[in-house]
Amino acid sequence: MSILVDRSTPVLIQGITGKVGSFHCREMLKYGTNVVGGVTPGKAGEKVEGLPVFDTVKAAVKQTGATASVIFVPPPFAADSIMEAADSSLALAVAITDGIPAQDMIKVKRYMRRYREANRMTLLGPNCSGIISPGKSLLGIMPGEIFLQGNVGVIGRSGTLGYEAASQMMELNVGISTSVGIGGDPINGSSFLDILKLFDADEDTDVVVLVGEIGGPQEAEAAHYIRDTMRKPVVAYVAGRTAPKGRTMGHAGAIISAFGESADEKVEILRDVGAVIVPSPSEIGSTTSKVLANLNTADN
Amino acid sequence: MDIHEYQAKELLSEFGVSVPQGGLAYSPEQAAYRAREIGGHNWVVKAQIHSGGRGKVGGVQFCNTEHDVYKAADAMFGQRLVTKQTGQQGKTVYRVYVEGEVPVKRELYLGLVMDRSTERVMVVASAVGGLEIDEISSSEPESIIRCIVEPAVGMQAFQAREIAFKLGVEAEQINRVIEVIIGCYRAFEELDATMVEINPLVITEEGSLCAVDAKMTFDDNALYRHPEIAELRDKSQEDARETRAADRGLNYVGCDGNIGCIVNGAGLAMATMDMIQQSGGQTANFLDIGGGATPERVAKAFRLVTSDENVTAILVNVFAGINHCDWVAEGILLALKKEPVDIPIVVRLAGTNVDAGRKILSGSGLPLIRANTLKEAAERVVQAQKSSIAGVNGVVAG
Repeated sequence: MSILVDRSTPVLIQGITGKVGSFHCREMLKYGTNVVGGVTPGKAGEKVEGLPVFDTVKAAVKQTGATASVIFVPPPFAADSIMEAADSSLALAVAITDGIPAQDMIKVKRYMRRYREANRMTLLGPNCSGIISPGKSLLGIMPGEIFLQGNVGVIGRSGTLGYEAASQMMELNVGISTSVGIGGDPINGSSFLDILKLFDADEDTDVVVLVGEIGGPQEAEAAHYIRDTMRKPVVAYVAGRTAPKGRTMGHAGAIISAFGESADEKVEILRDVGAVIVPSPSEIGSTTSKVLANLNTADN
Repeated sequence: MDIHEYQAKELLSEFGVSVPQGGLAYSPEQAAYRAREIGGHNWVVKAQIHSGGRGKVGGVQFCNTEHDVYKAADAMFGQRLVTKQTGQQGKTVYRVYVEGEVPVKRELYLGLVMDRSTERVMVVASAVGGLEIDEISSSEPESIIRCIVEPAVGMQAFQAREIAFKLGVEAEQINRVIEVIIGCYRAFEELDATMVEINPLVITEEGSLCAVDAKMTFDDNALYRHPEIAELRDKSQEDARETRAADRGLNYVGCDGNIGCIVNGAGLAMATMDMIQQSGGQTANFLDIGGGATPERVAKAFRLVTSDENVTAILVNVFAGINHCDWVAEGILLALKKEPVDIPIVVRLAGTNVDAGRKILSGSGLPLIRANTLKEAAERVVQAQKSSIAGVNGVVAG
């Protein structure tokens, strides 16, 4: 098993007739993803890579039985496309689009609450690289060949830093069950915590690697779960310990910012709850490998 | 995107927030003329820079004669003000705003901001405003009033009323405070702001309400639907290097070190900086060239980094997914063909089309230093930077 996507997951591409959408449609098919069609309003009846194009997500779901979607729609229309996906009984949508206004995302998140939790679509992104269960399915824009199949779950905000982690792991023959990009925007569909819970319940994942960054409360939130509930070891790296401080006007941001938003504070919080801290960005692979080795010794 | 105080006041007054009578000036003469237009005998001359904390560094002057207004403005123009919020390089004053002084009875604080943990707009308010907000918010954080806005229906009157009562204002001002809070929320929502702040929100001697200072910041991603806001951008208030980068689709933040970094993706860019510092080097910048970087964009990134004269070595670290390594390689060649540089360049390529990229670089005959991993790349650039400096010094000594 893996989380969220598997070999058979039928996938739609919203924005399939665009330049980026059609390019990545081809790449995903090459990887073996079960892409079954796409959506571009007004282009029903066309074909991309031999796959049918529909006007609406609901029509596409009805005809193809798709349960997941990858969204390549430009920023002004992307929030609308995410809500359309959420209203079409899909289980998962991956929003690749970078540059969606924050207030649009506030509305999207609010809109999604109208569905009961059991029926609510899982949203990854926006501004993310997607999700991959190596050897099974790729929904996104990552280079599939750097991900080795295995038993480590990876969650990260940044796409390229996720690639760095995956390639370091591959170098040491450490494989991945699923790697999830949750995206770099301040308001995103799924948090570190949401994905951590899925990995904790996934029987094919033995260790979880969390690749965090400066800013936002999500690593601290995940830390509470690691301390209280998480059964599997967590390896954590936080980027940005030497990043220049952002310059912001006014006091309002500082007043509401809590402890745990700087890289050093995140490292401290994660270390305190027992996560294994990666000391340097070049040691994500080796640290994970050591944690796996310890796990195997403990089992014997 | 940040805007000036006078622009924020103009916008907020359209949403029913009262502001002092004032006028903008580009010269001391104009400032004195504005004072006469406003009338009375008490004015405030305020430097217009994209930063708070101006008052503490001479950016706000109280004047009683038109001549004093002239002198205060004259002293401000061209001055570089360094405040807590500007960073070391400060911000230069090219505009001043002259206002009639408001007789203050009480100073309140009102701020609206995007709260990342609830993913909603949060209103924060304090019964103690003005310069003391910094101190109050750290010494008595529990005294700060907070209120989350439900996005489906927006700010409700009862919420504004609760805030107003908690602020302890007198009965006759309650409705005015509510109007200001709701007005600020409407401005925040309708204009795609990420921050609105009125500090101080003054209750005057006569019992009216007045926004004596105002700040607004906007969501860059939403500027496409607010051309009138986009026009308020003042490039003189931005770091010139950052402006140049932004205009070329690059995300750049200058630092004080000497190793220039060209990376794709913000997370990897930060990790690369961390790695360089751990290897004993100092970075000159954060630079994310983004996804789908064409050779031209890579070349622009190169010119941007080399235009910083502190840079004595460069590290290119690209892990291509949506990017292609051959495009990056071509971009490097393009940049170096146009403007050759005599500082060491370390290149680490990985991901999509890596072999094609490496082939282009090794066939170019350029003295590039190759690295295969992040660690190797950081160590080599630090090493190369040190020996290049030693080399230069050697020549000088010889």
